Amino acid sequence: MSNKVRVIRGLDMVGLGLLVPFVKLATGEAPRTQAREILQSVGLPVLAIGAFLLAWSLLASSVETSIGSVPGPIAVATEAGNLVADHRAERAKEAAFYERMETLKLKYAEEGKPWKDRRYSGKPTYFDQILTSLKTVFAGFVLASLIAVPLGILCGLSDRFYAALNPLIQVFKPVSPLAWLPIVMILVSALYTSADPMFEKSFISSAVTVALCSLWPTLVNTALGVASVDPDHMNVARVLKLSQMERVFKIVLPSALPLIFTGLRLSLGVGWMVLIAAEMLAQNPGLGKFVWDMFQNGSSQTLAQIMVAVFTIGLIGFALDRMMSFVQSLVSFDVAPAKA
Amino acid sequence: MTGYLEMYNLGKTYPGADGPAVIVEGFDLSLQQGEFVSLIGHSGCGKSTVLSMVAGLNSISDGGVVVDGREIDGPGPDRGVVFQAPSLLPWFTAFDNVMLGVNKVFAHATPAERSDIVEHYLTVVGLGDALEKRPAELSGGMRQRVGIARALALAPKVLLLDEPFGMLDSLTRLELQDLLLQVRDREKITTLMVTHDVDEAIFLSDRVTMMTNGPAARVGDILPIPFERPRERTALLESDEYYRLREHLLAFLEGQELKRGIAPAAA
Ligand SMILES: Nc1ncnc2c1ncn2[C@@H]1O[C@H](COP(=O)(O)OP(=O)(O)O)[C@@H](O)[C@H]1O
Ligand SMILES: [Mg+2]
Repeated sequence: MSNKVRVIRGLDMVGLGLLVPFVKLATGEAPRTQAREILQSVGLPVLAIGAFLLAWSLLASSVETSIGSVPGPIAVATEAGNLVADHRAERAKEAAFYERMETLKLKYAEEGKPWKDRRYSGKPTYFDQILTSLKTVFAGFVLASLIAVPLGILCGLSDRFYAALNPLIQVFKPVSPLAWLPIVMILVSALYTSADPMFEKSFISSAVTVALCSLWPTLVNTALGVASVDPDHMNVARVLKLSQMERVFKIVLPSALPLIFTGLRLSLGVGWMVLIAAEMLAQNPGLGKFVWDMFQNGSSQTLAQIMVAVFTIGLIGFALDRMMSFVQSLVSFDVAPAKA
Repeated sequence: MTGYLEMYNLGKTYPGADGPAVIVEGFDLSLQQGEFVSLIGHSGCGKSTVLSMVAGLNSISDGGVVVDGREIDGPGPDRGVVFQAPSLLPWFTAFDNVMLGVNKVFAHATPAERSDIVEHYLTVVGLGDALEKRPAELSGGMRQRVGIARALALAPKVLLLDEPFGMLDSLTRLELQDLLLQVRDREKITTLMVTHDVDEAIFLSDRVTMMTNGPAARVGDILPIPFERPRERTALLESDEYYRLREHLLAFLEGQELKRGIAPAAA
């Protein structure tokens, strides 16, 4: 396979198909067609984004709120820059603190006084909060997958098991995270009572809530994937008299894998959406808490900061989805796997 | 006279909304060891139904099937099956698809012996250098070759083929017919093949069984094919005998067609 084909397939797999015409153009393939495609795949979105920004800035300047005028795109971009600058400043302060501690430690050692390590406890920066959110959503997602995939397999294998579980699935599926969270928080407080906790309670509550809300798409899709194995493939298993275990691992799971990953991708999307609400209520120090704190502040920058958070949430959600779509394309058998 | 593969008084009835639907009834056919028999008949008459009952994949309503002196009960690797669709597992390579069954049947062989068996049969069907290819990388004809290798590698007592070349283009189909003929001459394996291609039936078979139209389809006529083996297609096509046999089969099928045309008027 040529490098060009490999590059194009790679771009398609990670969901950057819109760059394909550029690759083709660079290699001199049908320039006219490529130009038209670029205009369509890049030109039109750029146009739409431009129109959105224009409408936003026009509308923003015409609305007055109790905490000042609604910020336009430029104000929001400035605020994003401020958050980055805050992050840098905070990191510099931290580095300076540890430097001071080092010199202090040496001085103590010279004077023969006992020394105790001290940790820097500055406020979390915007990037710390993003990281916390990502950790929380992954914890919830992993928990959800560990529950939903095995249950889904059982549901797909046994009609009776599915019939038994189906009413519960249907009832719990539409429940909002805002309803789950108080229950989860009370239960976590009651049950998670270690003296030296490894995780914050707010982290556990948020992650469990994410899991409760996001396990349904994986459960349902896994069950569907397992139940809809090609009857021809099941016949192969019957002719060969494969054991139940061999059936599950050699035939059922591989053929259900694409749908399982479709479910996981949907679950991660739901989880990320739910997380923000959960963090707001649970006071888990992530993006949700950031939005809530900014809202409570009510300063002139509040709206701009929250809008930065909105874009951050959207972009990260998009990136997570692209990532899952890439993994999904790795487990689908319709395309011949690329060979190096 | 008892055969190696025997279907006696075989019947299939499906429960239907307006009474039970009798698809096949009183189907009797007996194959000698090493014999190649094909089953022809109009589409929907019940050929696949008979074959899948012999394979054990479809429950038997009436009568029974005996293989090598034992009545069958469900499917098993003593009857290798090749379907119209290759039904290979797409996540396995050609090698692994064949190995799946070999592992099962030759559980006591060493891994090296098993690997040799798989390679041998894939080489027999002409895929010696495509062992590590996945189904998606193979053409339709090559996939069906893997399917044949998979069935043969089980060392089955009988081979059951349901329109194995029905989805292939005519050139590939001729190639695979030649392959099947070679395999039969080497392995002398008892084979029952469903087809709706009259030429294919004559070229490959020792006997051609003609099925009447359903409902309650049964064996209408059996035509022995006297050509010596090994056979050669061009030689066959030059003989008058070939056209006489062909005429016989076509006349039977046409007769069934007429019967079907008259049936509704008589009812
Ligand atoms: N599950 C089923 N229930 C009712 N009728 C069926 C079922 N499966 C097949 N049939 C009927 O049995 C008849 C024979 O089918 P089949 O054996 O596939 O025909 P052939 O292989 O000769 O084309 C058809 O008329 C079909 O409609
Ligand atoms: Mg059929």
